Amino acid sequence: MRNCSFLVFLLFISIVLSGCATPASSVLTAESSQVRLRSIQTRAFDTADKKKMLQNVISTMQDLDFVIDKADFTLGSVTGSKFLGYEVVTMSVTVRPRGEKQLLVRANAQYGIKSVEDPATYQDFFVALEKAIFLTAQQVD
Amino acid sequence: MKLAFRFLRPFFVIFFCFNLVGCVSVPSGFLKPPEGYLEKRQLQTRQYETANEEQIVMAVAGVLQDLGFNLDNSETRLGLVSASKKADAKSKGQITGAVILDVLAAFGGSYSNSTAQCDKSQVVRASVIVKPALEGRKMVVRVTFQRIVWNMSNQISRVETINEPLMYQKFFDSLSKAIFLEAQQV
Repeated sequence: MRNCSFLVFLLFISIVLSGCATPASSVLTAESSQVRLRSIQTRAFDTADKKKMLQNVISTMQDLDFVIDKADFTLGSVTGSKFLGYEVVTMSVTVRPRGEKQLLVRANAQYGIKSVEDPATYQDFFVALEKAIFLTAQQVD
Repeated sequence: MKLAFRFLRPFFVIFFCFNLVGCVSVPSGFLKPPEGYLEKRQLQTRQYETANEEQIVMAVAGVLQDLGFNLDNSETRLGLVSASKKADAKSKGQITGAVILDVLAAFGGSYSNSTAQCDKSQVVRASVIVKPALEGRKMVVRVTFQRIVWNMSNQISRVETINEPLMYQKFFDSLSKAIFLEAQQV
């Protein structure tokens, strides 16, 4: 009989808990630390040509099957999306100057409703971008 | 009591399976260039003998309108124009097949609603980039298309990148024509 009441208890708890809503503030929490996330998503390039960099970002994203949704030259941002099976991958890339001679490129991707925080995935993107622009991507501390 | 537990065990297993199915992990390697991306790039790209970037961007916007697209977004300083178009996705063959299947199922005494799974409408999205070629006074135009297809019960049934050469061929044919027309001020 105890077994049975335990089952009923479990059922009850699961019904009660399923009523819990996610607090809105949880949207702003990332799984990794802010510093770590920045370092895996960011690379520096030895060029000051923002326009050329943005156009290379766009063509790299197109090579990766992305369709570009939006771009803004002043902000230095490019946003695109691609379909992977039934999931949508969205990616934003921003390009901004770092000193006089360098540009910082930051990419962040989402797979469905999940943020991509795997360093290897971003590394793949930067390798593809390096090939497009013939420059080496440098790790930023 | 033991009997009741035995009886419930399969349900437990099913319950846990459903729970685990809900967990989707992020696959890796989706930002690596896919195989054959160079051929795809070739398919999506054409060069035009002009140094006038603005003229080409304007021709691109014109062509997208010719093809019935609505312009969603643009950034002329980067030579970007993105557009989308809603279109019919109904295919007579697919619907006929589904109806026959449903009727057969009805005769067989069971229920089937394949018609609801048929494609109904689609949104085609295009983004076009115009940029100067690496050498010479040339402009490179690259277009990519993707589409989202809805079925008869208004669910998204397919999302995909369009890789049909004919689609790209048609776009660039229209673009060449538009560039010529605009040069002639038509």
